[in-house]
Amino acid sequence: MHAAVVVFPGSNCDRDLAVAFEASGAKVSKVWHKDTEIPEGVDIIGIPGGFSFGDYLRCGAIAANSPICKSVAAHAKRGGYVIGICNGFQVLTETGLLPGALLRNAGLKYICKTVGLKVETASSAFTQGYTAGDVIDIPIAHHDGNYFADDATIARLQGDERIAFTYTDTPNGAKADIAGILSENRRVLGMMPHPERAADAAHGGTDGQALFRALSGALEAV
Amino acid sequence: MKARVHVMLKNGVLDPQGEAVRHALGAMGFNGVEGVRQGKVIELDLADGSTEADVTAMCEKLLANTVIESYTVEMN
Repeated sequence: MHAAVVVFPGSNCDRDLAVAFEASGAKVSKVWHKDTEIPEGVDIIGIPGGFSFGDYLRCGAIAANSPICKSVAAHAKRGGYVIGICNGFQVLTETGLLPGALLRNAGLKYICKTVGLKVETASSAFTQGYTAGDVIDIPIAHHDGNYFADDATIARLQGDERIAFTYTDTPNGAKADIAGILSENRRVLGMMPHPERAADAAHGGTDGQALFRALSGALEAV
Repeated sequence: MKARVHVMLKNGVLDPQGEAVRHALGAMGFNGVEGVRQGKVIELDLADGSTEADVTAMCEKLLANTVIESYTVEMN
């Protein structure tokens, strides 16, 4: 599996994400936001967490309009895989690759802690290493993770089993307890929690490992 | 010429910052504040000949996220 990790000014989880991909056996290339091409042969693009462009205007809004994001959208439209974590999820909603938006946390506070996530579907390359109904412990670290979409969109996400993860005890006000969602073709995942921060015993938890391993397994087989 | 863009969260989208301001006003003794919505104002200095349609395009593409926000444009 060849993964590309996009780096924006203000990204701060790019290295963690690259390390998690590498630990699952992937070759990783880093791509700068001003680049216009994704390297040849990339199977999956990772949009990391952080504070791209200082969260100016809206989280992810400026990054979503950077040169590299046109290539990310083209990769996704060709059926390529994309994972956006935390700020990366915000970027994916701002580009329109995933529906909805991430609002300020309902409690107005930045929250940094490990939370329980329920795996809602195992039917995706990202989640097939889990069993639907599993509860896993994954850290969150965000100020704007309050998922919002109109009722029709939420109903569609639920009906198509495109909600990947929900919070067992929603910390941020997210509608329908949504922590992560999939695109219609199930090849784009956006999630606020950080699986790459629970991917090594030294992190204090390894519940995120199965995501990277499953992805690697699925994409090696392609 | 200048344009002023007002961006507000749409009705129906919870505005926790506005709610916090409402609570603070109530605690300070300003009674009768039944709701507060907080938005932002963006002022643009534009080259002559720019049109409202240009600014609307900017709003659609960047200045507002129309999933959660509405906007109005004032040209002057």
